[in-house]
Amino acid sequence: MYLDHAATTPISAPALAALTSVIARSGNPSSLHGAGRRARATVEASRETIAKAAGAHPTEVIFTSGGTESDNLAVKGLFWSRNAAEPARKRILVSSVEHAAVQDTVEWLEKHEGAEAVWLPVDESGTVSLAALEKEMSDGGADSIALLTCMWANNEVGTIQPIAEIVALASQHGIPVHSDAVQAFGSIPVNFKESGLAAMSISGHKIGGPVGVGALLLGRAVKLTPVQHGGGQERSVRSGTLDTAGIAAFAAAAQDVTDNLAIENPRIAALRDGIIAAVRSAVPEAVLRGVDPAVNPAGRLPGNAHFTFPGCEGDSLLFLLDMAGIESSTGSACTAGVPRPSHVLLAMGLDEDTARGAQRFSLGHTSSHKDVDAFVAALPDAHARAKTAGMAGHQSSIQTASTR
Amino acid sequence: MRVLAAMSGGVDSAVAAARAVDAGHDVVGVHLALSRMPGTLRTGSRGCCTVEDSNDAWRACDLLGIPYYVWDFSERFKEDVVQDFIDEYAAGRTPNPCMRCNERIKFAALLEKAIALGFDAVCTGHYAKVITDADGNPELHRAADWAKDQSYVLGVLTHEQLKHSMFPLADTPSKAEVRAEAEARGLSVAKKPDSHDICFIPDGDTAGWLAEKIDMTDGEIVDETGAKVGGHTGSNQFTVGQRRGLKLGTPAADGKPRFVLEIRPKENKVIVGPHALLAIDEIKGIKVSWAGLPIAEVATGVEFDCYAQVRAHGDPVPARAFVTEVTDDGVTRQRLNVTLVEPLRGVAPGQTIVLYQGSRVLGQATIDTARSLARPDLP
Repeated sequence: MYLDHAATTPISAPALAALTSVIARSGNPSSLHGAGRRARATVEASRETIAKAAGAHPTEVIFTSGGTESDNLAVKGLFWSRNAAEPARKRILVSSVEHAAVQDTVEWLEKHEGAEAVWLPVDESGTVSLAALEKEMSDGGADSIALLTCMWANNEVGTIQPIAEIVALASQHGIPVHSDAVQAFGSIPVNFKESGLAAMSISGHKIGGPVGVGALLLGRAVKLTPVQHGGGQERSVRSGTLDTAGIAAFAAAAQDVTDNLAIENPRIAALRDGIIAAVRSAVPEAVLRGVDPAVNPAGRLPGNAHFTFPGCEGDSLLFLLDMAGIESSTGSACTAGVPRPSHVLLAMGLDEDTARGAQRFSLGHTSSHKDVDAFVAALPDAHARAKTAGMAGHQSSIQTASTR
Repeated sequence: MRVLAAMSGGVDSAVAAARAVDAGHDVVGVHLALSRMPGTLRTGSRGCCTVEDSNDAWRACDLLGIPYYVWDFSERFKEDVVQDFIDEYAAGRTPNPCMRCNERIKFAALLEKAIALGFDAVCTGHYAKVITDADGNPELHRAADWAKDQSYVLGVLTHEQLKHSMFPLADTPSKAEVRAEAEARGLSVAKKPDSHDICFIPDGDTAGWLAEKIDMTDGEIVDETGAKVGGHTGSNQFTVGQRRGLKLGTPAADGKPRFVLEIRPKENKVIVGPHALLAIDEIKGIKVSWAGLPIAEVATGVEFDCYAQVRAHGDPVPARAFVTEVTDDGVTRQRLNVTLVEPLRGVAPGQTIVLYQGSRVLGQATIDTARSLARPDLP
């Protein structure tokens, strides 16, 4: 039973059909002959489809290799171009709960390009503080800001950020805003034009498309310094031969999810509520992290349930559930292969021990009540055992020569 | 049995896991993350702490068709092994961090977690043998290949720990055979170099690494008569038996090389002398433990014949030992008193003395004092 759709979700039928039919045809979309034109037609049709699905103009769709590249391109590209136009613009306002693709990029710019990161605090639900944002932009502070970047929805705890309010504040000062919408797009309504964002990252494999393709939606008037140089494809912002088949499949997936969003969103949310209820009933001490959908249904991604289990190591729980056939996640990225407490949970005010007890259950288009039922059956035993195993950070109770 | 195979990413643990699978056990591979910020690629002689090592372990598990996980023990390792190593050196003793890792990490923190999660045993690629008697009591023995034998670094394991330990390489005639077996099984780590040195000291420069962690101040080097023969930049960087790096200004009267005989951290003093004075005849040990059920003489306090070994690849020497009990603050602890029939050289407080009878490991203690009959009183 797969409860890790936030990591990647199975490819959808329309996407698989598009991928397999297009990949069999040769043709470089930049070539001028028949095969090239056919490939280009596929790419441009896909661009239009994705633009429509994301509420953008086709010229605003820059194809990339995925979310990480889109985030790098947006954050570095905006920083460089804004800083080059006005060297006083050194500051990057960034939420403290970003995905590593944004977090690491900002840290790299700090280390190598003279940027100054301002990590915007979040409250205990993981929502960015608008007051902190306003404070950073007041008293002429806006003049030193190169860009603001804030994810649309958090990948770990599913908290949906107040993007409209953030953009409204930033636009008073003409500050471009980028948003990593990788988790939000295809899961909740996302409209690039209405959002007023300068740039927005989306990814194929989170919505039923293949891995290795994504896009940066980039406003027509927004200037961006490229990261990758070459043949000048994609408005000269992202060089490299276009992945026609991947793009076609991405478009098919985007159309599929947006066409079905009105039905799928409440269906998946109901399954998610089943998981939340099951955890609360089996383990009353478990704490739902992020926004409680019973209080604010629009504040949380429909497919995300995230808990901390006191006294349990997240990787113990993951192991035991995996052995029982339930595939979940501790939610945080592995820093250099070592599972560490999540920076998102720490930013939300949790201590390290509590943060280590995290487990994320995420649902998607292939999820059904069978997944929830299997999870409900497996959880009590897995939790009981994980709790016995305790925390790896604590001293072992096995007595040996040096402890007696 | 449900077996947790601790996978370092090296050839030994990979073959050990493969044999556990062949024996019909239900095996899961686990790599222990011991550093918060592991290096990306393996460099030099270390072989258990980089992402590359973790990936090697992963590929071995793929090939064996067993699940693989990385568990974070970095906090425990830092406290129980790395900090202990620093503290021991700061106190003028010479610890064995690999032994400490076996004692508190692999067969304590990991074992405890494994048992709680439903495993029956932890399997490693150590060259040593557990023999279980008819009543289910384990005994720890040397590996078939004495040249590769690692029973010394496992000598600290207790009865409870050994009951849940599995060393499938025990009877392998040689390391070459393990490599050949890895090759035949298609394990990519077949030709991976052996790891040595201390895994948490990236460049193998222990003195340099310690200098950053311990306050080092300049002090005197004196000879066995108390005469000043040189200076040092911190007494804690020395090890008993050390000859190189002393940089003595005054040559010895006989012109022969001198060795570190003793380190006195409180006085920040290093005492050197001729090779003959390194010979140790009597050892007293604290933090005593027994590898399995203790032999009868432990309870009676009667002296028994045995062999003593004080370093991982040192030769065992004939010895006599007896156990006494000391009560301190209401807690009664065993002390080990060992007379070496053949003296040993380069014995330092903090080292572990492991006692053997034949191939069997009896138990161990941490060396508290080491006495030389040739030099009863150093100045």
